[in-house]
Amino acid sequence: MRELTYVEATLEALDSAMARDPSIFVVGEGIGERGGNFNTTVGLYDKYGPERLCDTPISERGFVGMCAGAAMTGTRPVVDFMFLDFILDAFGELVNQIAKMQYMSSGRLKMPILLRGAIGIGHSAATHHSGSYYPIFAHIPGFRVVVPAIPSDAKGLFATALQSDDPVLFLEHKSLLFNRGDVPEGDYAIPFGQARMAREGSDCTVVAIGSMVDKSVAVCDKLAEDGISAEVIDPRTIAPLDMATILESVSKTGRLLIVDETFQPCGVGAEIAAQVIDEGFDDLDAPIRRLNGAHVPTPYSPPLELAIVPETNDIEQSIRNLLAE
Amino acid sequence: MAQSEQLLSLYRQMLIIRYTEEQLARSHQMGLIHGACHTYVGEEAIATGVCAHLRPDDAVFSTHRGHGHALAKGVSPREVVAELFGRATGCSQGRGGSMHLFKPEVGMMGTSGIVGPCILQATGAGYSFKLLKTDQVGVAFFGDGAVNNGAFHEGLNLASIWKLPTLFVCENNMYATEVPFAYSAGNPHVGNRGPAYGMESLTVDGNDVLAVYEAAEEAVRRARGGEGPTLIECRTYRTRAHAEGMRDGGYRTPEEVEEWKARDPITRYNEWLLKNEEAGTETLAEIEAEVKEMVADAEEFARNSPWPEADTVSEHVFNQG
Ligand SMILES: Cc1ncc(C[n+]2csc(CCOP(=O)(O)OP(=O)(O)O)c2C)c(N)n1
Ligand SMILES: [Mg+2]
Repeated sequence: MRELTYVEATLEALDSAMARDPSIFVVGEGIGERGGNFNTTVGLYDKYGPERLCDTPISERGFVGMCAGAAMTGTRPVVDFMFLDFILDAFGELVNQIAKMQYMSSGRLKMPILLRGAIGIGHSAATHHSGSYYPIFAHIPGFRVVVPAIPSDAKGLFATALQSDDPVLFLEHKSLLFNRGDVPEGDYAIPFGQARMAREGSDCTVVAIGSMVDKSVAVCDKLAEDGISAEVIDPRTIAPLDMATILESVSKTGRLLIVDETFQPCGVGAEIAAQVIDEGFDDLDAPIRRLNGAHVPTPYSPPLELAIVPETNDIEQSIRNLLAE
Repeated sequence: MAQSEQLLSLYRQMLIIRYTEEQLARSHQMGLIHGACHTYVGEEAIATGVCAHLRPDDAVFSTHRGHGHALAKGVSPREVVAELFGRATGCSQGRGGSMHLFKPEVGMMGTSGIVGPCILQATGAGYSFKLLKTDQVGVAFFGDGAVNNGAFHEGLNLASIWKLPTLFVCENNMYATEVPFAYSAGNPHVGNRGPAYGMESLTVDGNDVLAVYEAAEEAVRRARGGEGPTLIECRTYRTRAHAEGMRDGGYRTPEEVEEWKARDPITRYNEWLLKNEEAGTETLAEIEAEVKEMVADAEEFARNSPWPEADTVSEHVFNQG
C-alpha cells in the first residue's frame, strides 16, 4: 500500500468529496491560494476556485456564525481554523446555535458543518497555540468529536465527517500531521463511534487518545519484552464514544489505564472510568488509573513544556504501577 | 515638536528594537528560539513614537508582533531575549515566549497569540482609569488584520460611548500573514473610520517617527484630559517574513518589499537628524555603538541564563497571595 501523511490523507478525502458535491466549501485564514497553514487545502484552490476555497478575514465569530447560516440553507461548510485555539472566539455561535439548531428546529434544520483545527502541545507553541479542548465539546449535546491518531483513520473519518449532517469537530494533533502511514486508495468511510484496536493484549487495557496512541503502542511493544501483554484501544471519536469495545477489553484484562494529553478534571478519562464502573465494575481487578497532561495553561520553555505532557516513560511507569495493584 | 534630547532618544529607541530583533532573527536561525518569532522590522517608528508619551503607569496591550511594543514600553532587551530563549530570567520567566511578553511593572500588559483581545483590554484599562479618576491611558497596538475582527467594532464603540482614555493604534502593514488588507476589508481605510464610532481618528505615515510622535502626543493629551479615545492608523510595512523561518514569497512582490525598505524609518530619521542638524554623524554613531553593545550583552545574558525549574510549572495558575 502507498504511504501518505496524515494531512495528505485528509486532503484526499476532502478533494474527492468536493469533486462530487458542489455544496461543500471551505473557509479559513490562508486556506485559499496558500493551501493552509498546515497544508490542509494544498492544490484545491486551483481546482475549485475562490468561492469554494474562501480566504477569510480574521473574523472567527463572523465566519463560524456565517457557516451556521450556510449549513441551515443547503450548503456544507468546512471551517479550517488552522490552530483550534482560535475557535474559542466563536464559542457562543458553536454552543448556542450550531450544537442546538437541530433540536431547536425539531429536526427540520440540519447542521452539516465540519470544524477542523490543529490541537495539542509541542514545539514551544505556548498557551495560545496548544489547546485541545475536546472534553469541552464532548460535554455539549449535539457535537460529534473526532480525534484520529493515524493517517488511514484520518482519511476515513474525514470522509464520514464530510457526509455528516451533524456538526463535527475534527481535531488533528500537531505532532501527527506529518506522520506517514499506509492509506488505502479510493473512497472509504470509517463510522463514528467505532474504536480501533491498536494493539492486542491480555494483562491490561490502555485507552489512548490522539497523540498518545502511537506513544502507548510503542511502550507496550517494549513491555512485551518483559512478558507484559497490554492492549491499546484508540477510541478515534470521543463523541460518540465506543464504550462496548472498552468494556469488552476490560472484561478480558481487568485493568484500565486512560492516557490523554488533555486535562484530567471532568475529562474524557473521567467519563470512561465512570462508565466502566457503571457497566463493568465486577470485571475490575484494580482501580482505574488516568494519566493526563498537567492541569495548567501550556508553558513556552522546553523544560516546562516537557514537564506537562505524558511521555513514554510516564506511560510505562503508569502501566507497571497498574499491574502491581 | 520634540526637543533635541527627545529627538535622540527616539533614534536610540528605534535602534534598540531593530538591533534586538536582528539578533533574535539570528538566534532563531541558530535554533536558540524554540517557538514563533514575528519581527517588527520596518515598523519601529510606531511603538517608538507612541510610547515616548507614555509613563510606566500607562497600560500597553499588544499583539503577536509585540517585541517593539515591549521594548519601547521599557522591558529591557535582556528580558526580551531571555524570554524568547525560554529562560527563567525572561520577562515572563520562560512561560510565554514571543507572544506572551509581560511586564506589568512598566505597564507592559502582554503581547498575545490571539488577534483581537488587546483592543478590548485597552478599552478596559481606559474604563479603570476613568473610574479611578487618574490621568493614565490605555493603549492597544494591533494590525490591520485585527480591524476585521469583531473586537475592533465592539472595543471602539465601548470606548466611544463612555469617552474612555484609550488609544487605538492600528499598524497597517497591508497584510495579515499573506492576506492583503485590500482583499479582506470592504473599506480599505482605517483612519477614516472614527466618525462611524463617534471618535477622533486619523492616518499617519507609520514610517515617520515624528509624524507618529505628534499624532500620539495629541491623542494622549486628549485621553488624559478626559476628551476620549483616538484611533490612529499608521501606514507601514514589515520587511521580513510574517514569522522567522516562514516563506515570504507568492503574496507580495520583491519590488514592493524593496520599495518599502527604501522608506526604512530608521534610515529616514537618521537622514532627517543630520539634515536638520539635530545631531552629527559622530553622535549618531555613538548611539549605534552603545545600542549594539547593549544587545550583544542581552544575547549573552540570555544564553547564559538558567532554564526554568520543571517543578515550578504549576505556579501562578491561581493567585498565590
Ligand atoms: C483569533 C486569531 N485568529 C487567527 C490567528 C492567526 N494569526 C496570527 S497572526 C495573523 C495575521 C495578523 O495580521 P495583522 O493583524 O495584520 O498583524 P501583522 O501580522 O500584519 O502584524 C493571523 C491570522 C490568531 N493569532 N488569532
Ligand atoms: Mg498586518
